[in-house]
Amino acid sequence: MKRPEPVQVIKQRREGLLRTLVEGVPYIGFLGVQFDRRGDELTAILPFRDGLIGNPRLPALHGGATAAFLEIAAMIELAWSSLWDGVEAEGALPEGPLKLPKTIDFTIDYLRAGLPRDAYARARVNRSGRRYASVHVEAWQDNRSRLFAQATGHFLMPEPEPEPEPGHESGHESGA
Amino acid sequence: MPPKVAMPDIETIARQFIEALPHCHELAMRMEAIGEGWAVISMPYDPRLIGDPETGVIHGGAVSALMDTACGASVMSHPQAGFSTATLDLRIDYMRPATPGQTIRTRAECHHVTRSVAFVRAVATDDDDTRPVAMATGAFTVERAPK
Repeated sequence: MKRPEPVQVIKQRREGLLRTLVEGVPYIGFLGVQFDRRGDELTAILPFRDGLIGNPRLPALHGGATAAFLEIAAMIELAWSSLWDGVEAEGALPEGPLKLPKTIDFTIDYLRAGLPRDAYARARVNRSGRRYASVHVEAWQDNRSRLFAQATGHFLMPEPEPEPEPGHESGHESGA
Repeated sequence: MPPKVAMPDIETIARQFIEALPHCHELAMRMEAIGEGWAVISMPYDPRLIGDPETGVIHGGAVSALMDTACGASVMSHPQAGFSTATLDLRIDYMRPATPGQTIRTRAECHHVTRSVAFVRAVATDDDDTRPVAMATGAFTVERAPK
C-alpha cells in the first residue's frame, strides 16, 4: 500500500484548485468574494464595504450584490465539487484553463434585509448530471440559523474536452 | 442663490436617487428613462465585471444587480406602490451571453400592485434588442405610507 501523501502536498493541491477557479474570474475579485476551505467544504465570504450598499437609509446590502454573491457561491461550489474527484485521483490539476458552469436560471429568495456587515454562504449541489446541475445556496450574516437570503440555480456544465479517438459521439445524456 | 421653487420632475429625482445608491454607482448604472410603473436602466461594459475570461462575457451576477435595480425602480415609480421597496424574490433566466464590449440595458415593468406586493418583469438586452440576454420576474414589497 502506498504511503499517504504529506498533508502539505494535499493542501497545496486543493488550495491550488480553489485559487485557479476563483482568481480566473475578474468579477469575483471586483465584488471581493473570498472562499474559506475546510477539507472539501467551501464557505463563501462577502466582506462588507460601503460599495455594496443599495439602500443608504437603512442601510442595507443591495439585493443585486446579494444575488451576485449567491450566484458566485453556487457556481464555484459546483465547479469545485465536479473537479474534486479527478484532482484527488490524479494528484494534479487538469491541463488547460478551467471552464466554469454557465447559469441557466437563478431564483433568489430575500428573507430579510442584508445588514452592513460580512455575509457568508454555503452551497449544496442537489443534482449534478453530465449536462445540467441544480444547486441550492444559503446565506447568513451573524447567525448561521438566521438566513438572510437563499437561492436555487440551474447550471449548464462545461463541455468535456473532446476525446482523442475518432468516431466518438458526445452529447448523449446517460442516466448515471 | 436659493434653488427655484418649482418642483424638480420625478424623472430627475428618480435618476439622482438611483445613480447615488452606492452599489449602482459602483457598477456605473444609468437611469435612461422612467415612467409610471416602468424604468430603463443601463450598465456599461467593464472588464472588471467579466465572468468568463476566455470570452470576456459579463458575469451573471452583475446582470442580476442590474435586473434588481431596474425592477426596484419600476416599483418605486408606480403610483400605487410608494417610494420605497425591497425585493421579496427574483428569478432570472439567462438566455444568451451578452456581447462583450456592449452596454446592457434592462427595461422593467411593474405590471401589478396589490396593497402589499408589487409584481415585476424585466428584459435585458445588449445592442441587439431583438434577442434578450436575460429575463426576470420578481415580487417586491409595497411600503404603506405613514398617514
